[in-house]
Formats: sequence, C-alpha cells, structure tokens
Amino acid sequence: MAVPAAAANDPISAPVRTGPDYFLWLCRAASLAAIFVLGWIFWEIFQEALPALEEFGASFLSGASWQPNRDRYGVLPFLVGTVATALIALLIALPPGLAIAIFLSEDFLPLPARQFVRFVVELLAAIPSVVYGLWGIFVVIPIIQQVGTWCAERFPDVPFLAGPAYGNSLLTASVVLALMILPTITAISRSSLVAVPRTLREGAYALGATRWETIFGVILPTAAPGVVAATILALGRAMGETMAVAMLIGNSSRLSWSLFAPSGTLASLLANQFGEAEGMQVAALMYAALVLVALTLAVNFAGEAVLRYTEKRTAGIR
Amino acid sequence: MDNPISHAGDFFGDNSPESTKMLGRSLFDRTLTALCIGLSFLALVPLGSILYLVAKNGLPLLDWSVFTQLPPAAGMTGGGFGNAVVGTLTMVGLALALSAPPAVLAAVYICEYHPKSRLSDGVRFTAKLLTGVPSIICGVFAFAAVVLATGKFSAFAGAVALAVLMLPTILLTSEQALLGVQKAYREASYGLGATRFQTIFRVVLPDAMPAIMTGIMLAVARAAGETAPLVFTALFSQFWMGSLMEPTASLSVLIYNFSTMPFEHQVKMAWTASLVLVFLVTATNVTAQLVFSKKH
Repeated sequence: MAVPAAAANDPISAPVRTGPDYFLWLCRAASLAAIFVLGWIFWEIFQEALPALEEFGASFLSGASWQPNRDRYGVLPFLVGTVATALIALLIALPPGLAIAIFLSEDFLPLPARQFVRFVVELLAAIPSVVYGLWGIFVVIPIIQQVGTWCAERFPDVPFLAGPAYGNSLLTASVVLALMILPTITAISRSSLVAVPRTLREGAYALGATRWETIFGVILPTAAPGVVAATILALGRAMGETMAVAMLIGNSSRLSWSLFAPSGTLASLLANQFGEAEGMQVAALMYAALVLVALTLAVNFAGEAVLRYTEKRTAGIR
Repeated sequence: MDNPISHAGDFFGDNSPESTKMLGRSLFDRTLTALCIGLSFLALVPLGSILYLVAKNGLPLLDWSVFTQLPPAAGMTGGGFGNAVVGTLTMVGLALALSAPPAVLAAVYICEYHPKSRLSDGVRFTAKLLTGVPSIICGVFAFAAVVLATGKFSAFAGAVALAVLMLPTILLTSEQALLGVQKAYREASYGLGATRFQTIFRVVLPDAMPAIMTGIMLAVARAAGETAPLVFTALFSQFWMGSLMEPTASLSVLIYNFSTMPFEHQVKMAWTASLVLVFLVTATNVTAQLVFSKKH
C-alpha cells in the first residue's frame, strides 16, 4: 500500500517489519517471573518464620524437645533423623546402584536385557512416593520388626540395635528411601561411566588387563567425580523425600541411638503438623522448613559443583 | 626361557605359578561379573513386589463405581474415590496452565534471544535451584502464600504448590528441546527474510514441540503422583468439588489418609487408588517417551 513501487521490486530493501519486538518482552517477563518465584518462596517462608527466629534463635537447632502444647520447639531430633535416614539409605543404595550403572554401561548381557533393566529402574523412579509408603507399611515394616526383635535379643548391648524393636523405625524409612534414590544414583553414574572415552578402555585391554581390572583401574577412577556427584545429589533427594518417610518412620520426636526406634525427619514433621498448626507452631514449622531448604540446597550445590568439575575434566580427554 | 614353545606350554599347563595367577584373575573377573548381574536383577525384586501387591490388593475393588462414588466414611464400606480423581485432574490441570506458559517462554528467552545474558544465567541458576528444592517446600510456600492469605485450604493452593514444582522441570526440558533444533534451520529462516519472531514460531517451536511436550508430560506425571505439596494446601474432602476455593480431595492424599486407618475396607480402597494412580502416572510417562521417540 504505502510501499514505494521501486522498493517493492528490490529484494534487498523489501519491507521488513521493524519496531519493538513485543514477544521478546513477553519472554523476558516470563524469565523474570521464574527468578521472582524463587525469591518469593524464600521471602514468604522467611517472613512466616520470623516470630520463631526471634523467639528461639540458634537454640532452635540444638533444642531436643518439640512440644507444641507447651510452645517449646527444638528441631535437633528431626535434624538428626533427616541426616541419619539419608546417610543409611545412601549406604544401602550405593552398591546396587553402582553395580546397575556398571551393568548398563558394559556388555555382559545382550542389549535387550540391559534395556529391560534400565526400564525397570526408570519405573522405580516413576512410582509415587505414597505408593512406596503403602507398600512399606505392608511389606517392609513386618520384616524390619522381625529383624529388629532378633537383633535386640542377640545384641542387647549394642546401642544401634537396642530394643524394643518397632516396625515403624528409622531403618524402615531408610530401606524404602534407598529404593527411591536408586534411580538417581544409577542414572547419573551411568552417564559418567558412558562418558569415559573408548580409547582408555581399549588401551587397558591392549596392556592385558581383564575386564574388571579395566573397570577398577581405569574406568571407575576416570568416572569417579561423576559417581560422587550422583551420590551427593541422591543424598539431597533423600533428605527432602517426605511422604514415604512420614508413613514409615513412626514420627517420634525422641532422640534414640537405635535403628529400630521410631524417629522423625524435618520433612515428615512438616507433613504431619502443618495441617493442624496454629500460632507459634506455624512459625516454628516455617523455621524448620527454612532449615530443610538450607540443608538440601547446600547438598545440591556441592553435587552440582562436583558434576560441573567432572564435565570439565572429562572434556579434556574425550 | 630360550625355548618359547616350552614356555607357552608352561603357560597353558596347570601347575605353573603364572597359570594359577591367570586362573585367579579370570575367576576374580567372573565372580564380579556374576555379582554385578545379580545386583542388577535384585532391583527387580522390590519393583515386582510393589506391582504385584498393588495389582493383587487393588483389583478386587476396581470397577466403574469407584470412579463415580464418594469416599466411604470411617468404618463404612462401599463407595469410591470419584471426587479424588476429579480433584487430582483439576489441580494438575490448573498447575499446568499456571506453569507451562511462563516456563516455555522463559526457555525461549534463554535459548533464542539472549543465551549469554546475565538474565539467562540467572534463569538457568534459578531453575537448577528450584529442581533441588524438596516438593514439601512447594507445599510450605503455597501454605504461606495462599492458605494463610485467604484463610482456607483450597484446590487453588494445591495447584500453586504443584505449579512451583513443575516450573523448573518444564523450563529445563524445554531448553534442552530448543537446543536440539539445528542451527541451520534458524539460519535458513533468517536467510529467507523471516523476522526473529517468525523464525521462533514457524521454525524453531514446531521442530522442538515433541520434545517440549515430553518434558511437560513428565512434569504432569510427577505432579499427579505428588502428595507432599497437597497434604496441607488442598487438604482433603469427603465431597464433590464445588469451587476452587475449598478443600479438595486428591488420589495421593486419599491413599495417605486411608493407608493408616484401622479399617480393612479403607486400606483396600487405598490399594485400589494406588493402582489407579500408578496406572495414570506410568501411562503418562510411557506416552511421553513415545512422543519423544517418534521424533528421534
């Protein structure tokens, strides 16, 4: 219409839409919103936790009693429970998790068998947390109860195994957590094992190393930072896992040395008490949530840092 | 040593130290291989047990009426969890509507517009941090931001919690999807005189769409199975959902509540709900993988 006739015939000066790119502003707004959400989460939780922060300060972390009816709040038993369940779960899940990662990256069995195992592990990751909890109530609790009773009779003097043994216990929660973090360990370890260059493996074989000498001597050391990252990230996941733990751990706020005693974690505490909390209890729970966020973020930061280091290191030899 | 043939004989013979060493190494290798395969298949046992028990305990009560009736009161029999299915679908749907548009748009920004800007780095960092935040913290946030502000538990609060959970997953998978689009496509589009907007909408997004959809469906599957963000935001309800601003039932919270009840029928109902939930989540997951594999 308003285009000059000469310009219309000239491909170089063809009409180009100019002016502000509204879509860019929309995308930019969405990006800012994503960052804003993270800030909002922290601000909101901090704001609600403020009364408890002012009231208890650092003694909140070292206090060992949690009694909402007396307005006494100390989070130490739950802090200990969180760290203990996550570490025990890791101890249980690491050997099979690493074995599966090696199995998936080697050619022991033909491809269909490996794909099947991989599918199984991915399915484990897809099962909802409550279903693990329900399964744990009917399968793991009776087993742990029996094992616990047997251990308490045999070794009454070992504090970790002391009775009375409950089914709803620290160990029950750890066993189910181990199952839930297995896919994380396997997936990240596998990708770092696969990233080890072929030439290193071929070199080891050419020097006469057997398969497992190659795995232990060359492949695992090369992939080690990746495996460490997998472990740390799995630890972070285990610490934040809520429902299965809340259903299995017994939710006690008493500190105990025994693996077979009911315990509690920060996440299970939140899940159990938020629904009916009022007044100072809400503030104390928000404070506990803040502690949980700090703990998981610190662990995840460490994991990501190691993962990034791995990528940098293997990039050189690839 | 001067006769290589006799040396080789030693090597394959059974009683020289070299051969026992070789035998030891080979034995070590085979043992570890067997151990490794054994441990790998050990992972089948719990999964098999879970699936078997969910099917065995869940199937007896499964028929159409569980999808159309309300949950039984404590100690009563019969009933279903129709309201929980509706609640789960509503909250996940609303969460998707809240989180997917900003997540995809932010991914477009960090991939297509200014990949190296400070804002893009900030968005990537934020998304990484958010994926590490435990799901219950999303619930705590929604509790503070919606439940305390409006004074009541509601489906909307549950949806907000799920949206926060889904946002980083969709953002990061969409970024990967956009990175997977070949650079030549973009250059060809620009070469034909398309603007950046036209290139994004006509070339880049259509090509990345299957992978973006996969990411969205994986996020949906995860959100549908989550309990922690809902347990004190949407709470639970015995009744059909009337509005978004009232306590709402969901499948996962129903399983949680019923699993600890001392009534046999309620526990069976929890298993049946688990069967439905596992089917829902697995079906979404498998569909997502299929959509993705169609492209690559």
